[in-house]
Amino acid sequence: MTDVQLDPTKRGYWTSDQEVRWCPGCGDYGILAAVQFLHAELDVKREDTVFVSGIGCAARFPYYMSTYGMHTIHGRSPAIATGLAVSRPDLNIWVVGGDGDMLSIGGNHLIHALRRNVNLTILLFNNQIYGLTKGQYSPTSEVGKVTKSTPMGSIDRPFNPISLALGAGATFVARTHDLDRKHMTEVFRRAHEHKGASLVEIYQNCNVFNDGAYDSITKRDVRDEMMIDLVHGEPVLFGAERQRGVVMRDGRAEIVEIADVDESELLVHDQADAQSVASMALSMLASDNYTPTPFGIFRSVDAPEYSEAVNQQILLANDRQGPGDLKDLLRSGATWTVS
Amino acid sequence: MTDTADRVDDTTLDHVVIRFAGDSGDGMQLTGDRFTSVSAAIGNDLATLPEFPAEIRAPQGTLAGVSAFQVHISDHDIHTPGDAPDVLVAMNPAALRSELSRLRSGGTVILNDDTFDERNLEKAGYESDPRSDGTLDGYVVHRVNMTKLTLDATADLEVKKRDAERSKNFFALGLVSWMYTRPLEPTLEWIEAKFGKLPMVAGANTAALKAGHAFGETAEMFGSPFKVAAAPQKPGEYTNITGNVATAWGMIAAGQLAKLPVFLGSYPITPASDILHELSRHKNFGVRTLQAEDEIAGVGAALGASFGGSLAFTTTSGPGVALKGETIGLAVSMELPLVIIDVQRGGPSTGLPTKTEASDLMMALYGRHGEAPLPVVAASTPADCFLAAIEASRLAVKYRTPVILLTDGYLANGSEPWLLPDVETLPDISASFATEANGTDADGNPIFLPYKRDETTLARPWAIPGTPGLEHRLGGLEKQDGTGNVNYDPANHGRMTELREAKINGITNDIPAVELDGPGDAPILIVGWGSTRGSITSAIERLRNDGVQVDHAHLMHLHPFPANLGQVLAGRQHVFVPELNRGQLVKVLRAEYLVDAKPINKVMGVPFTGAELIEAIREGISQ
Repeated sequence: MTDVQLDPTKRGYWTSDQEVRWCPGCGDYGILAAVQFLHAELDVKREDTVFVSGIGCAARFPYYMSTYGMHTIHGRSPAIATGLAVSRPDLNIWVVGGDGDMLSIGGNHLIHALRRNVNLTILLFNNQIYGLTKGQYSPTSEVGKVTKSTPMGSIDRPFNPISLALGAGATFVARTHDLDRKHMTEVFRRAHEHKGASLVEIYQNCNVFNDGAYDSITKRDVRDEMMIDLVHGEPVLFGAERQRGVVMRDGRAEIVEIADVDESELLVHDQADAQSVASMALSMLASDNYTPTPFGIFRSVDAPEYSEAVNQQILLANDRQGPGDLKDLLRSGATWTVS
Repeated sequence: MTDTADRVDDTTLDHVVIRFAGDSGDGMQLTGDRFTSVSAAIGNDLATLPEFPAEIRAPQGTLAGVSAFQVHISDHDIHTPGDAPDVLVAMNPAALRSELSRLRSGGTVILNDDTFDERNLEKAGYESDPRSDGTLDGYVVHRVNMTKLTLDATADLEVKKRDAERSKNFFALGLVSWMYTRPLEPTLEWIEAKFGKLPMVAGANTAALKAGHAFGETAEMFGSPFKVAAAPQKPGEYTNITGNVATAWGMIAAGQLAKLPVFLGSYPITPASDILHELSRHKNFGVRTLQAEDEIAGVGAALGASFGGSLAFTTTSGPGVALKGETIGLAVSMELPLVIIDVQRGGPSTGLPTKTEASDLMMALYGRHGEAPLPVVAASTPADCFLAAIEASRLAVKYRTPVILLTDGYLANGSEPWLLPDVETLPDISASFATEANGTDADGNPIFLPYKRDETTLARPWAIPGTPGLEHRLGGLEKQDGTGNVNYDPANHGRMTELREAKINGITNDIPAVELDGPGDAPILIVGWGSTRGSITSAIERLRNDGVQVDHAHLMHLHPFPANLGQVLAGRQHVFVPELNRGQLVKVLRAEYLVDAKPINKVMGVPFTGAELIEAIREGISQ
């Protein structure tokens, strides 16, 4: 073993001995690096960390971490991770999957993990395509998308993962993208620190089946005008000169030129308000990849965490009924003795 | 022994079968349950058969809404709820129409006469009044104004008429309790405990119960009350238990014996939900229950908990097992302990949710994609569910495998007296988690090989998160022998498939041999499994009285089979396999042992009667 593999503050310590088998140039490499670098900074132990995934390209992720891991079946990772989290609240559990895994076959499990507020950090790799099955449209693909299964263009209206998570009552919802490791790392850190379920949507490039899907938003030369950085407590501003902003009008978020409005009209981002319609409006600001799109934390609110509540009931039952005794249990109904 | 109530003398019966029937809202299940509890407490042997519609409240007064509870009480050891009832309590015309054909000829019918008006007769589909048109000829009929007498008894209580009327099931219970000399006190205490906070309800039920009892005593309709003496039972402490409660207690016991926290991931489904309910009441044992968003999440959560070191269960019925199949296959591949409890019901599809059937055996044995063998265990009586749950857990933990435990609707809701086991004599089923490296890499450094197997059991180590140095990744992709790394090599896949199979087949050396009830070398062998045990036992007792030589083997382990099963099957003139399906175990026995076993089948949502089995066996012998 090399030295880095013995030093938890080095990326190498968090890297398994398995060869990474994503396509060269895949956005997943950047995400893996960000997660490994973050763990080198976190105060968590390798043996207490578990990565759980379903099926898909992204779902190979656990094999590349040197932690405990479960590569399970299609769509079920939030449910499987829920059982692990409820029975082992001491663990640092991450769930990794793509848009097909989490929003199509596993959509039900995702929304229930979110509404229960199970202590899971959920990374949703959204590349708007099925990669592992070689290029069918996904539940986040845009209308009109031409793929092998939609030669005349997709007629499915896509999910908006952020709106879905907010609507499911998620307590932490954020968006980042695979080209900015610093942004990813910070968002992942906040998601990890959040007590309860956190959902991070990652705009991720599939360079084989949907290459450049997000170029119009995340390429360096367009970022300033197309990416809106959400900062808690500050007005929502963007543009190279921070010349544009967002206001709320008739319950909708709208983009304005700052010069055209009074400063007091600008929307001040409040991620800590669970009732806020502004977060939902921000999530719906861009309905395509050609409109300025918000990144960062949409919502981060405190709510009771699920496994803690489960374990509190166990303690309460112990207080009320006393510790379980098998002999007493068998005699808890009416009994009689034959001599 | 015959199937009717035999009089020991004028007032003593050796057994009697009573069927309470009424509308879904009439409280027949409760009435039957109370009669059963009191009979158990005075030492009768007993067996029960609750039967109720899938609808919570089908239209009142209709055949679809009839709910019935049959109880067989006896002064000797019995095995079934009885073929034909001796007494039918019918709370309305629909109950009479639906249930009368079950009554033995010459049996007793007790009617709630107040419900036999034109409207109810029409709803039940009677074109003329069965009380006067000859329908009841040949039966002993007692017409009792139960509704009116209940209202009279509760008149002073200021209870609303509609509420008072609801107590008429307690009137019926009081009357039948008098007829068969059951004490009222346990039920009076039960009413106080159950309804103490609702004094009006408690008062009305108490008044109705006493009124029914007094009516029997004073009405001079019923002659003298009958006694059914206590059955000679092995000394010890008893309780009356249903299969679902026994299963839940078995799960708790297994957790204690395995020294592991119990986790249940489950989704409500008839007739399995009561296991979830019962387990949820016992969180003080450290039990965690999760009502999941669907069947798949229920088993998924259980598998996640198993990875974390819990003794993990999922409880369901046939439709749920179908949904869980992919996750069970994952558990086969990950080689993690998991117990799947299938409380079987009538199928296919939604089928008959509240009726019993044993038609999931093939699904349990083979219902997964790929080569995915796993142990299958079946309980055979309500109380046996306790030990079956422990046995399924033992195999799961020891061999790191999913195990399917089969019970059914009849076992789940039926009850019997249970001689409480001595907790100290229950088996230790604990397994230890891996704590250190079990191999070395090319450079001689210690490493953990998650698929390095125990030489005897072929089980792999169970290393749970939180254990330093044993970090590993499990998945559904084929794994390299030993390291568990993803591997697509043809020879490795062949080897891993064979190892998984050999591990399960090896369990045959770790389970008891088949025990025969009978001489051991009888020309006729009956092979049963599951809830047919009682019906088979009762049938062969009668066959033996007629001089027929029969052996009975009842299988708890359906995969792998006990090692001596082939010998047991060999050399018989006749092998019969009664099943509540179209012939599933019989196919496996024929395939595995090349024996000319013959099926005896029933798929009607109800257990075999002893008479049906006797007829089928006699017919089979004569051919």
